[in-house]
Amino acid sequence: MRITLKVWRQSGPHATGRFETYQADQVSPDMSFLEMMDVVNEDLIGKGKEPIAFDHDCREGICGMCSMVINGMPHGPHRATTTCQLHMRSFKDGDRVTVEPFRARAFPVLRDLAVDRSSLDRVMQAGGFIGVATGNAPEANAAPIAKDAVDRAMDAAQCIGCGACVAACPNASAMLFTAAKVSHLGLLPQGQPERYRRVLGMVGQMDIEGFGGCTNFGECQEACPKEIGVWTIARLNGDFLKGSLTARGDKRGGGDAA
Amino acid sequence: MELNARIPSGPLEQKWDRHKFALKLVNPANKRKYTVIVVGSGLAGASAAASMGELGYQVRCFCFQDTPRRAHSIAAQGGINAAKNYQNDGDSIYRLFYDTVKGGDFRAREANVYRLAQVSVDIIDHCVAQGVPFAREYGGLLANRSFGGAQVSRTFYARGQTGQQLLLGAYSALERQIAGGTVAMFPRTEMLDLIVTEGRAVGIVTRDLVSGKVESHFADAVVLASGGYGNVFYLSTNAKGSNVTATYRAYKRGAAFANPCYTQIHPTCIPMSGDYQSKLTLMSESLRNDGRVWVPRAAGDKRAPGDIAEAERDYYLERKYPSFGNLCPRDIASRAAKEVCDEGRGVGETGLGVYLDFADSINRVGEDKIRERYGNLFDMYERITGENPYRVPMRIFPAVHYTMGGLWVDYNLMSTIPGLFVHGEANFSDHGANRLGASALMQGLADGYFVIPYTIGNYLAQVKPGSWRADSADAKAACVDATARVDRLLSINGTRTVDSFHRELGKIMWSDCGMARNQTGLAEALQRIPELRAEFWRSVRVLGRGEEFNQSLEKAGRVADFLEFGELMCRDALHREESCGGHFRTEHQTADGEARRDDDQFCYVGAWEYRGDDRAPVLHKEPLVFENVKLATRSYK
Repeated sequence: MRITLKVWRQSGPHATGRFETYQADQVSPDMSFLEMMDVVNEDLIGKGKEPIAFDHDCREGICGMCSMVINGMPHGPHRATTTCQLHMRSFKDGDRVTVEPFRARAFPVLRDLAVDRSSLDRVMQAGGFIGVATGNAPEANAAPIAKDAVDRAMDAAQCIGCGACVAACPNASAMLFTAAKVSHLGLLPQGQPERYRRVLGMVGQMDIEGFGGCTNFGECQEACPKEIGVWTIARLNGDFLKGSLTARGDKRGGGDAA
Repeated sequence: MELNARIPSGPLEQKWDRHKFALKLVNPANKRKYTVIVVGSGLAGASAAASMGELGYQVRCFCFQDTPRRAHSIAAQGGINAAKNYQNDGDSIYRLFYDTVKGGDFRAREANVYRLAQVSVDIIDHCVAQGVPFAREYGGLLANRSFGGAQVSRTFYARGQTGQQLLLGAYSALERQIAGGTVAMFPRTEMLDLIVTEGRAVGIVTRDLVSGKVESHFADAVVLASGGYGNVFYLSTNAKGSNVTATYRAYKRGAAFANPCYTQIHPTCIPMSGDYQSKLTLMSESLRNDGRVWVPRAAGDKRAPGDIAEAERDYYLERKYPSFGNLCPRDIASRAAKEVCDEGRGVGETGLGVYLDFADSINRVGEDKIRERYGNLFDMYERITGENPYRVPMRIFPAVHYTMGGLWVDYNLMSTIPGLFVHGEANFSDHGANRLGASALMQGLADGYFVIPYTIGNYLAQVKPGSWRADSADAKAACVDATARVDRLLSINGTRTVDSFHRELGKIMWSDCGMARNQTGLAEALQRIPELRAEFWRSVRVLGRGEEFNQSLEKAGRVADFLEFGELMCRDALHREESCGGHFRTEHQTADGEARRDDDQFCYVGAWEYRGDDRAPVLHKEPLVFENVKLATRSYK
């Protein structure tokens, strides 16, 4: 297969970016999208041109590091599939493919297709945990948890923190990311003591980081490689409302760990 | 160099408790005066950093990924073992200990393994308290599945994403400490060297992968939890960034490297499809609970699997190992697959594959049940291969997956350099010559949550806080060396890409130091690797500058270390004139092709000491003493 690539190149966070066009010949349908990018890069190095920077690590769809917008869609055209798991058999010979970084104010471009997503870590720091220090735990089977609740919690806990939901959202909101964690922990008995502190803390931090608000477009759900649903956002909104009405004092919650 | 394992005296069951009492303590008010560096943020690193932060130490944690949550522990699929005996099927701490020692082909230290089995139960309690959504039964209690090398069901799991859920638990504990100010996190920062002054590890040299800045960080102790070295083979199930640099640099600064030849080849991976291949994808071993492995009886039978009648199939694992069948340990299943492919009975276009067939299980329990158990794995398989495993059998082939070798550590997990501790896959300690499935997650978390919080205090209580000298000659030299190395890589401007060297090294390692090894192949590899290394330093092309985000430069540094490390692996494999676990020497096998150990001569840990680039490393031996388990030939028949 022959693929024409239009790729975003940007030498640093403050540099002006632009699209450049590259030709990828001899693309095999069994290649992953990133393997195709590897081949393009090997070719560029051969020509003495700097290769395209892009984030990737596990290449099996779980680490959440790969982050490309392919033909306008975060992680490309396949449902429930990260960029690294997208294979070239999803494209046709002669296709033109546009590749951009995940774009959001809270995700500054570092170089080419690599962006800084540390804002998501800071949202986690504002309450995305259960405050249990090592050594404190009761016997694991002491408190039974209904299978349905755990299964539901697991549906939300599968979030890989890639940020595709942010890149897909017209408001660049991190609502699905935050709601996934709030729902995962809020569905379990262990998560109850900090339930409302958590949601207030994380939502507050989301605003501080410059993520937009959620206006229920639902694009996030479509882009999520782990198919996390907007039902989590409904849960978050409920918890946020209840938390706001009952909150005392520090709305940032969460951050007083030590 | 002295290898003092510091194994506590007393009966096996009491060693750890007695030792914990004997260890020195740092009082709570003094803990904050001590700084500890942790390199790596996977299960072993994140759990250590979080737990030490909770105790009140000042922790500085480093990872090369953009956030600690991406460390490769995240990719572990199948589960985590623990001796809870929830299934009432005869499990116990002693049985988990025994299975692990036996599974490791009697090449691990008894005392360490017993401690691992003891704390395994605490890990499950802690992870549940953190909110890890382990699978449960309808009654609300925790579910278990079985795994290779065991005849009890002791594996806890969260669908096919157990590593992800455990890592996110450790990561959330870590983020909580970051918020609380006890842990400072340095993502996108790579360790380039270890700083050793006056015989103690007191810091590391790092490169900021965004700005390119090379700098030194100092601490009272350093914990390496930087993972394994499987990527020396280029193709492995490891993440692309996984590398040997942190542990190899520590080796060059005086830490002994133990058993580097022990590598685990995982039997169930998706076969390779072409030269462009960048990594291999694992299909969880848990699939062997419900899948049956087979190849055609006749060599060269290229018919579609559905056209091959039952009588013309060879379910070779069930035939050869009737009592464990498809659940025999990984090393044995891998070698058996290689054997049938060598006989020309391999399947798929390349002939390097065997079938893993779910038809019987789907008939027995229904497609829905199989989807519930393995849905995400089946989906992943279909995305990669374009084939639907509910309809046609999966094709699988062994691939490099885990490395049992690593930096030598004593019972306190301290290396031969005082103040340098090593955790998880980066150390050698618990899995002997072969790791059992679902034991890596257990070990990483045991080291970080339940061992280092005790043993680090014992070391720190003996050093004055902040007693390193940032301006010492050794500290300055380490930083200058690291910078010079970066500059040298950029100045060669040759003709070949970094990846082309990495691939070539990988081919040498796979063919000569892979699933089957022998004297001729290893000797040849020991000649070819130095030649390839010389060519690398002559003709590698790394574009761009050092003071910027430069992924080719990152790769070049890692591959340069693999090019030295591969030689050490082959040297170790050549010296070990026996077959054990993942190390199979074709000269040492029984008449029916099973591994033949030599306990008279090789019942020891082989730890290598670096003596300079132009001198051969020196081998030191830590004899393995088995006081509780009787040395026996492993049999899974």
